Amino acid sequence: MRAGLNHWDYVIAAYALGIGATMALVAWSWLAMRRAEKRRERSREK
Amino acid sequence: MHGFANPARFLRFARWLTPLLLAAGLVITGASLWWGLARAPAEALQGDSVRILFIHVPTAWLGMAGWMAIAGASMAELVWRHPLAGIAARAAAAPGAVFTAVCLTTGSLWGRPAWNTWWVWDGRLTSMLVLLFLYFAYMALASAAENDGQGGNARIPAIFGLVGAINIPVIHYSVIWWYSIHQPPSLSMGKSAMSSEFLYPLLASTIGFSLIFGGVVLARMRAILADAQAEARLRRKAFAED
Repeated sequence: MRAGLNHWDYVIAAYALGIGATMALVAWSWLAMRRAEKRRERSREK
Repeated sequence: MHGFANPARFLRFARWLTPLLLAAGLVITGASLWWGLARAPAEALQGDSVRILFIHVPTAWLGMAGWMAIAGASMAELVWRHPLAGIAARAAAAPGAVFTAVCLTTGSLWGRPAWNTWWVWDGRLTSMLVLLFLYFAYMALASAAENDGQGGNARIPAIFGLVGAINIPVIHYSVIWWYSIHQPPSLSMGKSAMSSEFLYPLLASTIGFSLIFGGVVLARMRAILADAQAEARLRRKAFAED
């Protein structure tokens, strides 16, 4: 353990990155799914 | 498994399971990360940096599990020609790559206070980086096969998915086979060298991230399936109009 470093800086950076990446993954996959399913519905109507 | 080979039957079950997995995963992950941040104690040797464990370890496991899912689905596609297997393999690639990247970056952020270095080229870290590149290569191959429009190349990503699985035991045993700055596994089947103060929030965050992973895979499968169905329908209409 490095005594001179503030561990919380690294902990907060790791949590921000992990939570941000996970939320972005969930939002992207959900929106892409909704977009694709709407496109399929439109193709039925045409 | 062949019961879900019918896309209509798969969609009936995926429609309610996708939001359920995502919502449950987000709630459990949020609660377990709060537990790890606010309730778990600092560790005697690693201090507060040990809290990175609750993100780093589940994402490492899911990065590897994602490739095993690709390999299993690729096997089902090649051997049994399961209609949804190729779609399932492609759907597991993006969450697998994201979790592998999160594992690598949080590991680097943990390494700086714990080992006084961001990165070392040892067996564990290098084989995990190789896994990330394998994901990128798989996604490029799957995208090329999809855009080919002839269907014949769909076997290439499946073969690549199977061959790439060689890297998974290399990652797992790297800390045993070679000298490594990375610690050996603290958990194995039925055994734990970890105190319950760290073990329980770790298990909770693993369950939470796994549910998110499952929900994202289902959402990706629904998206790929809907795109393919829309494409096929528009193509049929274009032929009929000609």
